[in-house]
Amino acid sequence: MQGVRIDLISEERLAQMPSMEKIRLILDNVREGTIVILESGLSPDEQSTLVEMTMQEILPDGFSGIEIESYPSKQRSSSVFSRLLKGDETRRLTVIGPANQLKMIRKDRGLISAWISGR
Amino acid sequence: MGISHTLSRILSGLFQKKTARIGIYGPPNAGKTTLANRIADDWSGTVAGNTSEVPHETRRAVRTGNITISGSNGKSITIDIVDTPGVTTRVDYKEFLEYGIEREDAITRAREATEGVAEAMHWLREDIDGVIYMIDATLDPFAQVNIMMIGIIESRKLPVIIAANKIDLPDASPQRIRTAFPQHPVVPVSCLEGTQIESLYEEMVKKFR
Repeated sequence: MQGVRIDLISEERLAQMPSMEKIRLILDNVREGTIVILESGLSPDEQSTLVEMTMQEILPDGFSGIEIESYPSKQRSSSVFSRLLKGDETRRLTVIGPANQLKMIRKDRGLISAWISGR
Repeated sequence: MGISHTLSRILSGLFQKKTARIGIYGPPNAGKTTLANRIADDWSGTVAGNTSEVPHETRRAVRTGNITISGSNGKSITIDIVDTPGVTTRVDYKEFLEYGIEREDAITRAREATEGVAEAMHWLREDIDGVIYMIDATLDPFAQVNIMMIGIIESRKLPVIIAANKIDLPDASPQRIRTAFPQHPVVPVSCLEGTQIESLYEEMVKKFR
């Protein structure tokens, strides 16, 4: 059967993984043509490292990078108490795929619409 | 002279305030080098780097040191401006071929661009004290690179000003940028024409002091 593989990784599973393991898993899968959906996304530091490592793996006529999409971070509450209750609001559902297969069509605060093509 | 000179150097080294490094960040072709050149030209009479319509013209972070910017309130800041390569998550040399660049040169440009992006991310983690984040006001501000970079900057608790650039173009909408990032000051500018650049300098003096 032809198609595109999609891996949906739960928040619980992500929480158990060290940052480098998460980034390696994403890059290895995306390089194989898999679309990876993270239930809780990556921390800003992890995103920064992901960009850096992606750049190191780009090759002419080979891997050309990633497409990554997530919602904007929620508006921060001024109350420290409510921030503690809500937890980390920076990690939000994130879709990552090969740059040549995943294309964003439209995005706003509450919607990500993307096009996925085969290899 | 010997002992007093040495003592003076040690004392000045102890009490001299480190010059803040302000990074100009944003996606490719947002106008980062145009802004760096304008700041350097307006306040120190120098030029920071070359500009081009071809993406990734800046492929190394370029620091222009000791620029003193004065505000209308009489206060001033002395900063280093760091013009950084445009941040992206993808680089394909074939995109450069469309601008008439030969294949080998395009491959070299792509390789240098990937190194430049990695370097820019590294600077942000290690060596930057404040950020001017450039967004092309004619484009969708919800682009992932903007969301990701603003998140990274916020997580590092760096002071940030968003420059809504290219307001000289008819499709520009700084209001869309304000809506996307209401938590940060947004200054509409045209770095190319210098429109409202004074407002950006005022905000810099306020934000980066």
